Amino acid sequence: MDRDALEMRPDAAADWPDRIFDILKAHGITHVALVPDAGHARLIRRCLADPAMTVVTLTTEEEGVAMLVGSWLGGAKGVLLMQSSGVGNCINMLSLPVLHRAPLPMIVTMRGDFGEFNPAQIPMGNAVQPTLEAMGTLVRRADVPQDVPAVVDAVIRLAFNTYRPTAALLGQRLIGAKTFGKD
Amino acid sequence: MLDRRDVVRALLEDRGDLLVVAGLGASAWDITAAGDCPNNFPLWGGMGGAAVLGLGLALAQPQRRVLVITGDGEMLMGLGALCTIAVKKPANLSVVVLDNEHYSETGGQETATRHGVDLAAIARGAGIADSRVVHGAQELGPLRQAIHATTAPLFANVKVAPGNHPLVLPPREGAYLTARFREAVLGPAAHHQL
Ligand SMILES: Cc1ncc(C[n+]2csc(CCOP(=O)(O)OP(=O)(O)O)c2C)c(N)n1
Ligand SMILES: [Mg+2]
Repeated sequence: MDRDALEMRPDAAADWPDRIFDILKAHGITHVALVPDAGHARLIRRCLADPAMTVVTLTTEEEGVAMLVGSWLGGAKGVLLMQSSGVGNCINMLSLPVLHRAPLPMIVTMRGDFGEFNPAQIPMGNAVQPTLEAMGTLVRRADVPQDVPAVVDAVIRLAFNTYRPTAALLGQRLIGAKTFGKD
Repeated sequence: MLDRRDVVRALLEDRGDLLVVAGLGASAWDITAAGDCPNNFPLWGGMGGAAVLGLGLALAQPQRRVLVITGDGEMLMGLGALCTIAVKKPANLSVVVLDNEHYSETGGQETATRHGVDLAAIARGAGIADSRVVHGAQELGPLRQAIHATTAPLFANVKVAPGNHPLVLPPREGAYLTARFREAVLGPAAHHQL
């Protein structure tokens, strides 16, 4: 069993992470909070390489929810990157952007979703959309690379134009390809 | 033993344009008792999120001073935030815990600090070099000065007496709290920029 079957990341040729980065820049997003996921590795590298981006690696995803409410209070636009299991860590903290009408776009790479190998990913993966929606979050999904830019763009617009938490779920079909250590 | 309302009043004296975030419950009542204003952001929920919310604000407003005032129970729920703050090293963020060694808001149950857990040692271990324990009123003046002058994140665990004070409630409408704070920080453009 190679590592990439356990922690999957996009095919080296897949450029949708770069398209996401372009969209973050186009929307003036300067603050990026994250707990790493293999599916986000390329996007995280792009953000870290950009001196105009403030990147904060969290100890748990719920910190990112509270942190980005603070960013908004200070006039900065941010995004939260995480994998599907991290959504479970965020549930109660989502009270803050709902109560305070704070824009909070999240980009979630899905596990436990499509051809999953790891049984521990299934319970939360299966619960991501209903739990987010139960906490007042608008959810949109992309399952093929061509849909990623439009979905991420829509979710960022919904957050900042209508003042609420929103989430783009990037289906596991997008990140399921084995890479044999290369990305 | 220090009284929490006296501590907060002393720390917020001549506060200038200091931005203040308060953790849910008694800490939010304390900053309100000291004088509600648009530069206050009292939390009604999100237990465990106060310090890292302060981090987001401090990173977005590096020219402003940010003070988080919260309870020991609230801080214990989000200890990882001390690591996250220590790594980002914001020069303009202070976190003050009003450590009464109890969950006062919920009936006065003991917290872990009652049993020896040392929040300042945890903060120091995370990498916040200026992490203090404050017992006496004479230490409040220097702490207040440090909040306005520090060039690295600061953490202070202030030991305060247990027990509840009269409720002094801030506004409850979250959208209002956000809008008034953003307008105070960003001006009228706060409501127009995208
Ligand atoms: C997630 C969550 N768990 C529990 C509570 C209930 N609760 C509200 S205030 C509080 C006590 C907070 O204790 P501390 O931060 O020490 O405040 P203080 O002693 O100053 O009241 C608790 C447990 C809550 N609001 N949210
Ligand atoms: Mg307490």
